[in-house]
Amino acid sequence: MIAEAGHYALVLALALALIQSFVPMIGARLRDPALMNVARSTALAQLLFVGASFIALVTLHVNSDFSVANVYENSHSMKPLIYKITGVWGNHEGSMLLWVSILALFGGLVAAFGNNLPLSLRAHVLAVQAWIASAFYLFILITSNPFLRIVNPPIEGRDLNPVLQDIGLAVHPPMLYLGYVGFSISFSFAIAALIEGRIDAAWARWVRPWTLVAWIFLTLGIAMGSYWAYYELGWGGWWFWDPVENASLMPWLAGTALLHSALVMEKRNALKVWTILLSILTFSLSLLGTFLVRSGVITSVHAFANDPTRGVFILLILCLFIGGSLSLFAGRATSLKQGGLFAPISREGALVLNNLLLTVACAVVLFGTLYPLAMEVLADFKMSVGAPFYNLSFVPLFVLLLLAVPFGPLLAWKRGDLLGVTQRLLAAGVAGLVVIALVWAWTRGGSALAPLAIGLGVFVIAGALTDLAERTGLFRLPFATSLHRARGLPRSAWGTVFAHAGLGVALIGIVCETTWNSEYIATMKPNDVAQVAGYELKLDGLLERQGPNYREMIAQFNVSRDGEALSVMTPSKRSFTTRGSSTTEAALLTRGASQLYISLGDVTAEGAIAVRIYHKPLVLMIWWGPVLMAFGGMLSLSDRRLRVGAPKPARAKQRLQPAE
Amino acid sequence: MTRKQRRMTIIGGSLAVLALAAALVLNALRDSIVFFSTPTMVAENHVQPGKRFRLGGLVQPGSLQRGDNLAVTFEVADGGAKLPVAFKGILPDLFREGQGVVAEGALDANGVFKADTVLAKHDETYMPKDVADALKKQGHWKDDYGAKDSNKASGGPKPSATTAQGNSQGAVR
Repeated sequence: MIAEAGHYALVLALALALIQSFVPMIGARLRDPALMNVARSTALAQLLFVGASFIALVTLHVNSDFSVANVYENSHSMKPLIYKITGVWGNHEGSMLLWVSILALFGGLVAAFGNNLPLSLRAHVLAVQAWIASAFYLFILITSNPFLRIVNPPIEGRDLNPVLQDIGLAVHPPMLYLGYVGFSISFSFAIAALIEGRIDAAWARWVRPWTLVAWIFLTLGIAMGSYWAYYELGWGGWWFWDPVENASLMPWLAGTALLHSALVMEKRNALKVWTILLSILTFSLSLLGTFLVRSGVITSVHAFANDPTRGVFILLILCLFIGGSLSLFAGRATSLKQGGLFAPISREGALVLNNLLLTVACAVVLFGTLYPLAMEVLADFKMSVGAPFYNLSFVPLFVLLLLAVPFGPLLAWKRGDLLGVTQRLLAAGVAGLVVIALVWAWTRGGSALAPLAIGLGVFVIAGALTDLAERTGLFRLPFATSLHRARGLPRSAWGTVFAHAGLGVALIGIVCETTWNSEYIATMKPNDVAQVAGYELKLDGLLERQGPNYREMIAQFNVSRDGEALSVMTPSKRSFTTRGSSTTEAALLTRGASQLYISLGDVTAEGAIAVRIYHKPLVLMIWWGPVLMAFGGMLSLSDRRLRVGAPKPARAKQRLQPAE
Repeated sequence: MTRKQRRMTIIGGSLAVLALAAALVLNALRDSIVFFSTPTMVAENHVQPGKRFRLGGLVQPGSLQRGDNLAVTFEVADGGAKLPVAFKGILPDLFREGQGVVAEGALDANGVFKADTVLAKHDETYMPKDVADALKKQGHWKDDYGAKDSNKASGGPKPSATTAQGNSQGAVR
């Protein structure tokens, strides 16, 4: 009953989306407010029905209703409640349902809080949203229905893939999807602007908060996923340049570029056409990511043979939306009036450089992701493109970008003074050089690249702080005045500082982890001691324990340093009976920003166990960086100028005037 | 500066960055991509020692031997040929004899494949796609692999598809 209700709600949502796709468009053509307002009610009703459908699936999973194929294949009655819920999106059908739910959520938010938008713009935006929604509802209903019943219901389910039975699954996919799908809003705004043939600074002001929200979630989602992979997979890696990861990195790069170009458009009314194009590209990359992950095309092109309908269906959606939007762009872009002149050396110029490097870096990742696929189809040989490729191509571009980051915010709009900015960045540059020298001396002629990269990270952080010091007049004015000024700074300025500093923090973490990671692999018997990076780890013993749906073997380590006992670490190995598979649960000990990491291998015949111990210096900075960036994004979002849907119609009228 | 000059500066700058990126990519492609081979392909093509590639096939039943200090040797077979593999470290959780495996490394002078990475999917029904395709091509595909595969098609466990992070793929170094 619940399954059928959920299915039916989804069909109703499709019907509503189809109405929303056309009626508001006709309304905008006829300038009929009643027809245009249909978009608002259908968007809200759609959210209601998709939400009901999603809740139905969650209920089925929680009740362990194994007469539903999706529940049978991915759940088990003994599974803890939290994993019963998260297991909903731990499989193809459920995760697509989450995808459309979030799409409907964003549509609903625009409908509910978009009162200050011009009526026809809102109608168009919501209609475009409904096109996307209709395509994906059809996809789910035709190829991946999560509500299918099994004729002879089994008694027990097949359980969720053990690797996914982790709190990471509760956070990572929803965050990532909020990011991916959030970019649909800027896409819809871009298409709406192209259809209307009108775009101004106010447009950018509406789009920026939505882009910012999506970007914050995507940043956190990627960081979370990376940390999850780090602790769950048991070998301490945090980024693999795997196509699935690239699929999330590409929209992030394009989205970051979009954030910055929308800034130029909002402030200076320039780069309009480029911003529109970026909005289209960012969401296209999100769709491409969905396609790569969902179709199974990444392991091999032949995965199409497994389930041709799914892959081909998403490919069709992909071609339709990317092709359609780019054709519309090609046809209409010239009609958008260009404005806002600027000299190449200026804030605008710096943001253009930022966009250039980000999009080119994104193109490099796209190339690395699709090249093996293309080669397999065209030349019929298999190969893989991994970290070495990206180290030689992506990394140099990003180094250039990082070098330029501190200059951007210090340059004036319209016409900047590069020499003056360089002088003001002198202190930051000196800080970077000093750190290079110190790290160099401390590591004694090790790798030359690592100190340089750390120096770059320090330069980026110090550069961000320089911007802050310049704005508040720190060291020039009395401290009280600076403090007063700091309080008066717009939140978006603070946001910039945090986001840019986050880049430097992440860079330092990445460099330290990859350069000075120490690793110890051996078989250990009880009472054996391992020495890793100054820590002594003594294996006390092994014990067995029964978990809710698994058995685990725990190894207990006593960690000490210079004879002083620090902590007990208990890595374990779990074997899940239903699937007959096992997972390695690594144990982590955090010391400042560094971590000790233990994961277990197999037990040998003599009762010894294979262990892998890592000491990862400053590894946590890799994720503190993105968290800082996201925090900067949130500060910027809370800026008065950008508050999401501050509705007040009176103010909305003022906003309609183009800025400046 | 005139409007035209400004535009030319920006276009010139863009082209410079694009050219730089193209040069970097071409340079990176020259020596950082890794090809996939099966034991039969290795035997036929006489791969040079020291050239890195990915080896895929089935772990030959009965060939796994554990040595001292986590050294292991096993044979990878694809029905046509066999290739001895040496690896030092911890094997992935689901490494089994008779199951599919993908290893990355290079041949040494004696024709032994020295693997520094062994890839495995954390799923009991997993058959690496590359291996499955190669086996199919050579006509050594058995139906029970197919059955496992069709499980996946019908919406069964999809390790690589379950998260957008490729979490189910682990590699052992």
